[in-house]
Amino acid sequence: MCDHRCFVYEIVKMSGSSNLVAMKKIVQQLRFEASINRVKVSQAAADLQQFCMQNALQDPLLTGVSSSTNPFRPQKVCSFL
Amino acid sequence: MDLPRVLSLQNILSLLFFLLPASALTTGIYMIFSTKPEMATQEIQPNETLTNLKAESDTLKTKLEDERAKLHDVELHQVAEKVDGLGQFIMKTRRTLKGHGNKVLCMDWCKDKRRIVSSSQDGKVIVWDAFTTNKEHAVTMPCTWVMACAYAPSGCAVACGGLDNKCSVYPLSLDKNENLAAKKKSVAMHTNYLSACSFTNSDMQILTSSGDGTCALWDVESGQLLQSFHGHAADVLCLDLAPSETGNTFVSGGCDKKANVWDMRSGQCIQSFETHESDINSVRYYPSGDAFASGSDDATCRLYDLRADREVAIYSKESIIFGASSVDFSLSGRLLFGGYNDYTINVWDVLKGTRVSILFGHENRVSTLRLSPDGTAFCSGSWDHTLRVRDRGYHLGYIPKRTTLSG
Repeated sequence: MCDHRCFVYEIVKMSGSSNLVAMKKIVQQLRFEASINRVKVSQAAADLQQFCMQNALQDPLLTGVSSSTNPFRPQKVCSFL
Repeated sequence: MDLPRVLSLQNILSLLFFLLPASALTTGIYMIFSTKPEMATQEIQPNETLTNLKAESDTLKTKLEDERAKLHDVELHQVAEKVDGLGQFIMKTRRTLKGHGNKVLCMDWCKDKRRIVSSSQDGKVIVWDAFTTNKEHAVTMPCTWVMACAYAPSGCAVACGGLDNKCSVYPLSLDKNENLAAKKKSVAMHTNYLSACSFTNSDMQILTSSGDGTCALWDVESGQLLQSFHGHAADVLCLDLAPSETGNTFVSGGCDKKANVWDMRSGQCIQSFETHESDINSVRYYPSGDAFASGSDDATCRLYDLRADREVAIYSKESIIFGASSVDFSLSGRLLFGGYNDYTINVWDVLKGTRVSILFGHENRVSTLRLSPDGTAFCSGSWDHTLRVRDRGYHLGYIPKRTTLSG
């Protein structure tokens, strides 16, 4: 899934010892990425869901807001009878 | 013949080399005393080392894929099965901002939640008061296709750029008659078009992305390049800064179909994701900072979780065949708004992966879309020359604890 064609793209245009330098960079980057700690998707998904639930009531686009607090709501027009 | 020369170490050893059996020891001694031993080593090694590195790189790539796959124990929408669905979802257009003479390409909100800056193909950058729909400032850029614009956190300046390959900062003055172009400051210089720009936490630094394949961090005052970010293999089209609580990182998306997460201080690419099948037009962090969404020309939006280090959701439908140009989340992260090239905005339930609503109104491609700073509304800009501010259709009254929304 993690494709490093970006570095290979540069290599195609280079030659000689700079190939080596570029390749070393790729391997270093891959080593770094392989070493990061990952969590299971079930854990990550549960956390995403928890964040949504915790903040749902504070999300005006989920709950809607009353005219008095919504700055974009058209104001009611008063008319004199 | 010079005696010293005849008796030189080289010559004696050469003689020995020929006289004695060609043992490894002799050869070894010869090599130690011969000229430029490192050169000899390098001549033998380079192709081998390259091969070794290539092999290691392949092994690491496979290992990465395996590691990611191992942790893929469930889908996001499966975890979210028990969550209540969002009921009927109606949004209304509250303001339509008219005044641009050509395609609107980019927009940004001011932190005061009422001002908006927008830029267009004809080179105009306009600052609006979205409550009254009045134009407060207008600047004519020296180039067309102003693809990027951003409001400074203080609200006192705007940044913009495009085909001029630069990002320029214009201080906004209270005097409406003052010529803004006179105070313009050129900050960023790229070697190809500017595709996106964003101020960091202050007015002092700007992050830019460019068609030259790089992102860069600049000091506004001096115009100095503070850090550059290399790793994309093609044009970088979009970027988004992580919410300030989560530290100094940002995500970028490009024509190489990759979304990269970068460390702003070191310039290093921390994580990379390549599952889209075409250009990534827009990236936006999830409000908690633990994930980000992307919109692409492959007609899908996707959610990538940073801690699981993989894609966790795809938002797509067979009926949606046009590319997504821009994405943003609602405040809680439950809703994902996607502006598409088929003139519509699709609203997705982030957890369940389903479409909640489809919004019509624009008469051409939706090119840009952003949530207002307090989350009450979002603004979309389009190639139909207008911007629209929308919010929920009506107040829903009492919300039960489990946030069941119906009607």
